[in-house]
Amino acid sequence: MVPVFKTDESFRAPFHYSNSPAAIRRFPFPFDQDTFMYSVNAEPHLPGPVGSCCEFPIDIDEHYLGECREREIVLAADTDRCLALPHMITAQWDVLELIMTHLAHDYPDHFELRRDGNHWRWINRALGRDDHFTFGDVTTLPQEPLEYMTRQTQGDWCILDQRNDSLWLDAGMVTTQADWSLNFNLGMNFREWHSPVPLASELGVFDRALKLLMNLRQGSPVRRLNWSMTIHPRLDTSPEQFPVWGPDRTSVTPQNVGEILHLRVELQALWRLPRSNAIVFSIRGYLINLRELVTVPKWGRRLHRVLKNMHPALIAYKGLRRYHETAVTWLADYDDGNSTTPGTQPD
Amino acid sequence: MKTVDNIHVFVSAIEEATPLVKRFTLRRLTGEKLPSFSGGSHVTVVMRGGERTFRNPYSLLSSPRQTDSYEIAVRRDDRGRGGSTYMHSLVTVGTPLEISHPVNSFPLSKLARKQILIAGGIGITPIMAMIEDLSLGMVDWELHYSARGPDDTVFADRLSERHGDRVRLYETAFGQRIDFHKLVGQQPLGTHLYVCGPSLMILDAFAAAQAAGWPPSHLHAEQFRAPPTGEPFEVHLAQARKTMLVPADQTLLEAIEAAGIDAASLCRNGVCGRCELNVLQLDGELIHNDHFLTAKDRSSGTKIMPCVSRAKCRSLVLDR
Repeated sequence: MVPVFKTDESFRAPFHYSNSPAAIRRFPFPFDQDTFMYSVNAEPHLPGPVGSCCEFPIDIDEHYLGECREREIVLAADTDRCLALPHMITAQWDVLELIMTHLAHDYPDHFELRRDGNHWRWINRALGRDDHFTFGDVTTLPQEPLEYMTRQTQGDWCILDQRNDSLWLDAGMVTTQADWSLNFNLGMNFREWHSPVPLASELGVFDRALKLLMNLRQGSPVRRLNWSMTIHPRLDTSPEQFPVWGPDRTSVTPQNVGEILHLRVELQALWRLPRSNAIVFSIRGYLINLRELVTVPKWGRRLHRVLKNMHPALIAYKGLRRYHETAVTWLADYDDGNSTTPGTQPD
Repeated sequence: MKTVDNIHVFVSAIEEATPLVKRFTLRRLTGEKLPSFSGGSHVTVVMRGGERTFRNPYSLLSSPRQTDSYEIAVRRDDRGRGGSTYMHSLVTVGTPLEISHPVNSFPLSKLARKQILIAGGIGITPIMAMIEDLSLGMVDWELHYSARGPDDTVFADRLSERHGDRVRLYETAFGQRIDFHKLVGQQPLGTHLYVCGPSLMILDAFAAAQAAGWPPSHLHAEQFRAPPTGEPFEVHLAQARKTMLVPADQTLLEAIEAAGIDAASLCRNGVCGRCELNVLQLDGELIHNDHFLTAKDRSSGTKIMPCVSRAKCRSLVLDR
């Protein structure tokens, strides 16, 4: 499927964003049961159904131009949203290669990659780029490879070095995050950067997840879904910008909740990188407001139940407390009490 | 999770590096480049030998930057379980093989201020690819390569030619030995040590380093060992509903695979934890030969690493 790009989106006030009917149907709704609790929930990152957001390893959708523009704006104001420790340069090249080869292969209408030994040519028709560079030579790119490449993708990217029985967050491009700071976490290991998450440690989720990732192998990426909620279609909900978006949480009313409250789902994929033996972790965010979401009756029913029955510690950690009740009340109108079919797909 | 698709290759060249060691060059059947990899990596070669399928890990010794082909070197060991004999006697130029994607359980540290590489005999193989990676960078490194004599010292000329003083050779048949205490006593802080060779060599090197106060995180080893053999025993797989005999010279993992059952594995050497299975029932004792489970896991009798561990039992039921 060749996405048709929207050209006038804005992920900051004044907001301008909506999902086409096709985008709604392919939204990665994360709940396959009527209750939610943390789990490792990783599965092989194999091709999903045609048209789904997992059809290809790296997903480009109708919001591509808007999200690239949004990333540009964030970086212009704060260069610390893309950081890489010096020893991760080989891994940066690995990531550039991964992204270029997948995009060129899966979206040939928009991207092209021509390689002659180490002389590469990358054409990005969507952004109007035609770049010649030498693979491995950072002086031939306008920015370091991670920044250069991820300015042309949707979603955040983190590179983890594997050493000393753990994974270390040693590089990243993080401009669309759900309230965590790359600058603060840079250099931390797996357990350290997950320490704010409630309950999951006790469940052994992180021990199992770390074991799985330490054994991640080339050619066998994995994926999982993570979710939270955002007021307005705002991608940059970083700690750095909390003074801007934090107050939005107090602005939710029964009249506007359907319009401004968004379910935010992260499709996370992890690949083992060849030359560096590091792991790249992509965090691809998708936003949908409640009004759009309930056009899929199964999702409206299920989201009501998930939120209504959620553990208070999770409500607090995910930042939902101030508007939780308002959201549950609004969604109640879309829960007819019937049972929902298994799985996450629309009926 | 299901096992991954293997890569289909053929043997494009064989070189007799020494009377005991053959070097095999592997290329993709389709002619495309093979995946890039990090020095220290190995691939698992699947050899379908009629009666028996061997799955042996072999380190990649070729350059990570030239992946038109991979090179591995196999030392013949006729007292072994048959994999190396198979490679030496039955594999010829043109033989098709399957290999896994490269896996690295012996990676270089990216933070080391200096890298000391120690190789014993055929243990030189992963180190050769690591040297290819190191020679691109700015960090100081040296190789100490010990072998019995010329028959065991493969590729030494090539290494000395290219890297001069960084390579020091020791022929033990002539009484030359690496002085580990001296070696570890004169390195700057932040030096990492990598040893690939016989277990005694690893123990000696590590003992010297630890006595000199090196932190364990700066010491790395890769050991080429065949999984231990032992008495045959019977095992029942609860999910697959199959009972099978694990012969003396086959591992539990191999027996499961031979029965046509999908079993996760990665290093096949007892270090990574990938193949771990839960024990549902045991009447007897488990023989743990791995380096992964904690002491608590072992004594609980509820987990086993089938790639290297065995059992001495009247019955054993696994959750697979």
